[in-house]
Amino acid sequence: MNELFSIFSNYSFVQNAIIAGLLSSVACGISGTFVVVKKISYLSGGIAHAIVGGLGIAYFLGINPLYGALAFAVVSALLIGTVKLKMKQNEDTLISALWSVGMSIGLIFAYLTPGYNVNLLSYLFGNILLVSSESLWLMSALDVVIAVIIFIFYRQFIYVCFDEEYSYLRGIKVEFIYILLLIIISITIVVLVQTVGLILVIALLTLPSSIARMFSNTIWKMILISVVLIQIFTFAGFVFSFSTNLPSGASIILAVGVGYLISFFIHNILRKKKIT
Amino acid sequence: MSDVIKIQYLSFAYNSNYILENINLTVEKNDFVGIIGPNGGGKTTLLKLIMGFITPQKGSVEVLGNAPEKSISKIGYVPQFNQTDKQFPIKTIDVVTMGLSNSKSFFPWNKAEELNNVFEAMEFVKVSELSHKPFGELSGGQQQRCLIARSLVSKPEILILDEPTASVDSNVELDIYELLKKLNKEMTILLVSHDVGFISSYINKVACVNKEISLHKKEEISFDKISHEAYHGDFSMISHKCNL
Repeated sequence: MNELFSIFSNYSFVQNAIIAGLLSSVACGISGTFVVVKKISYLSGGIAHAIVGGLGIAYFLGINPLYGALAFAVVSALLIGTVKLKMKQNEDTLISALWSVGMSIGLIFAYLTPGYNVNLLSYLFGNILLVSSESLWLMSALDVVIAVIIFIFYRQFIYVCFDEEYSYLRGIKVEFIYILLLIIISITIVVLVQTVGLILVIALLTLPSSIARMFSNTIWKMILISVVLIQIFTFAGFVFSFSTNLPSGASIILAVGVGYLISFFIHNILRKKKIT
Repeated sequence: MSDVIKIQYLSFAYNSNYILENINLTVEKNDFVGIIGPNGGGKTTLLKLIMGFITPQKGSVEVLGNAPEKSISKIGYVPQFNQTDKQFPIKTIDVVTMGLSNSKSFFPWNKAEELNNVFEAMEFVKVSELSHKPFGELSGGQQQRCLIARSLVSKPEILILDEPTASVDSNVELDIYELLKKLNKEMTILLVSHDVGFISSYINKVACVNKEISLHKKEEISFDKISHEAYHGDFSMISHKCNL
């Protein structure tokens, strides 16, 4: 532990990695909770993969890939939201199309970029050790945006997720809230790009919140537990990856997976005890 | 202006398939209307039209003298309860509080004076002691009472219920109808039901819906016969009686 502490105080990239884990947990805990209760993980997966398109274009134009990702994320959230609301029957097909077309755009632009950049891989699978201070500032800003939106619309988000039809009857702007939710999720995915990467993001978005749901009776408790769990998982994964020299994104997701399995068994045992 | 709901020459179709055709319906203040008819006959569509979820291709709907969208805040609605996610982490009191929500429900808390309505409604349907339990853990009857409380907190003038007793046992069913009888003194009630026999002592009108509507006053029809037919799902005989 002492050794770890000295590593932490001596290397700024280690500090950055740990701060990135903390910043990720805020966005991911909030959005993950709503992804789980609204059951839209496939849709979130679609947005995540579409973002590869934004990364590729940003590379090609020579701007910070995170800004490209952010722009693409918001556009694909708006696109999916609008199509889902306007033509309900085609939602599934559209998500699949956005999923693979987005990725293809990204790969083609990355290929066209002179001096092919290997860094694209670190956005697909994450590399928490490469997080720059500039990225940390962007992640903090996005965290603040997400937290403020949730704070203002907290009740309306819950109502729309719990009972869409009744929310509509009460005069809540259901479509606006739904699209706002997708935008928050897409911003979260951008926050998580460097922590676990676009391909692996869906596990970090859904599993900790699914664990949290087993042990909470309100949405805010679920958010709180999710945030703490994500901090534990990212830190555990990071330590594991740092000491074994294995990829950090995959290590974090493995930690999440193991955590989910353990909680699943604990929850089942507790439930059986409660029944008997 | 004692007409609470006035539907005139209304037709509604999904994909050029007429669900309701050229219907007329007038509901007066403090009516208790039982809506019956076969599945797919347009009962739920009728409710959706009255609440303004959908708009008709032909004809008009007036609720309390206005377009449905304008009167929506004066309608209390109790959906078929089995639609909600049992695992959704929400306390019972928060479900009932949802009845106060609107597009300006900002920030995570409610005003204290608003919550008085919530406590009152929960007291009225006798679920006060459940307020901090997770909604998904309540029994079917308890959930249904809470959904009725949710529809009452905004003090509606019209109460619409879509098969409120579809999945509760008959004791609970009786309880719920007694509750509605009390409410009927203050508000107009529309209730979709399969077994009109059971509700015969509470309602004063029956609307038979099967693409068309025929409205009967309680005195005009023999409830024994209709209920018998409804229990056996033989709606053609009811339809015949309604001249549809």
